[in-house]
Amino acid sequence: MSEERGQNGQEEQRTVVRTQEVKKAYQMGEITVNALRGVDLEVYLGEYMSIMGPSGSGKSTLFNMVGGLDKPTEGKVYIDEVDVAQLDAYELAWLRCRKIGYIFQSFNLIPVMTALENVTLPMVFAGLTSDESRDKGMDLLAKVGLGDRHSHKPFELSGGQQQRVAVARALANDPAVILADEPTGNLDLRTGTEIIDLLKDMNQSSGVTVISATHDHKMLSVSDRVVWIADGRIDNIALREDLEIEVTQVEGE
Amino acid sequence: MPEQGMQLAGGRDIVLPFSKAVEISLRSLKIRFGRSLITTSGVILAIAFLMSVWSNNAIIGSLRDENKSEINLMLQQNGIETGVNESGEASEESRARIREEESKQAWLISLSLLVCVVGIANAMLMSVTERFREIGTMKCLGALDSFIVKLFLLESTCQGFAGTSVGILIGLSLTMGLALMDYGDYVFKYFPLAPIGESALYALAIGTLLSLIGAMLPAYRAAKMEPVEAMRADT
Repeated sequence: MSEERGQNGQEEQRTVVRTQEVKKAYQMGEITVNALRGVDLEVYLGEYMSIMGPSGSGKSTLFNMVGGLDKPTEGKVYIDEVDVAQLDAYELAWLRCRKIGYIFQSFNLIPVMTALENVTLPMVFAGLTSDESRDKGMDLLAKVGLGDRHSHKPFELSGGQQQRVAVARALANDPAVILADEPTGNLDLRTGTEIIDLLKDMNQSSGVTVISATHDHKMLSVSDRVVWIADGRIDNIALREDLEIEVTQVEGE
Repeated sequence: MPEQGMQLAGGRDIVLPFSKAVEISLRSLKIRFGRSLITTSGVILAIAFLMSVWSNNAIIGSLRDENKSEINLMLQQNGIETGVNESGEASEESRARIREEESKQAWLISLSLLVCVVGIANAMLMSVTERFREIGTMKCLGALDSFIVKLFLLESTCQGFAGTSVGILIGLSLTMGLALMDYGDYVFKYFPLAPIGESALYALAIGTLLSLIGAMLPAYRAAKMEPVEAMRADT
């Protein structure tokens, strides 16, 4: 861990998410499953981080921890220097509403709402007036390239378009972190690449931190850092510079 | 909306305005119109039954109170106790029979309403299970438990209100039709407007309230759902 951070060498990066010796054990009948066995991880403001690992490695568990969706058995998770375990239900909802934007593998748009309404729903929760949220929602939809589709319902949009709406929705309340869970998992190669580019674009233009759990090797080339999880621990953290060679090798196959 | 709770530094409250909640609930009903119709049909039938019994009682009561010999004859032909003897006073015996009849009706009505609540609860539970991912997503977007409860209760209440209104109309028109066949013009002549209006209002309140009660447990279950559910890729 400390070595990687030493290599990183960039001066005074602000930490947006920090985990400290995080352990998670699930009780399955008689057996205790150790999904995480002590993970220390820092995510810096404005970086694009991918978490990779085979299924069963604890990748999803770590991802849920970092997103404030799950609480550790031992250890601490800090989001924006706030200990998640100390938050009550109301504060957690507040955190999810304003600090974190979620993107899901299966898009998860609310089917009864139009694209614009999906994007503005988090703004409604955050107390924006309908005029404010409509203007902001239209801006966001234009940013993801769907300005003319604002009145379409999710089922009238393609998978890639739905995921674009989801990206716009994740950005609704100017979050500090976007959590993307296999965002390209249900998309074909080309649309997947488009979504990755879009995320990278948002990451660079608005400085939002992107944390993404993925199997998708296309993701590697845009990531600032890639964290490999194996058997409930961090196996390796690699910087993009170190990755370039590997990626070209994979693509060359 | 008085959403109580503390504010974190630098932020406003988390809210779901009532008008927006109503809008979302109505849309959810509209998009699942077929399903809603099936759920609602339970309410419609129960309330139609309730209303037909009540309006029938009101009409017969009104006719009986007229105590005209030709009407009494018609009533007796239909097997109804006029409860009035030659001297114009109701006999003990027939009063007892009327009371017995009424308690039987009350029993039937309560049974049908009970079945109706169970039906609503069942349908709403299914609807909650079906929408696990949607609810989880809303929670990820910052919805509080109370928002989810609000949405489900509103949905059921709106559904119940609509169903009850239809049920009242069906029950009333059915009874009117039958009464017209049996008693002809007398029904209109001695139409008990006030009692029927009153029972319609009661039925409306009962139907809506039952829909609300039936949705309570499902709404609670929905609200207790973890946001992680939204992450599940399957289903």
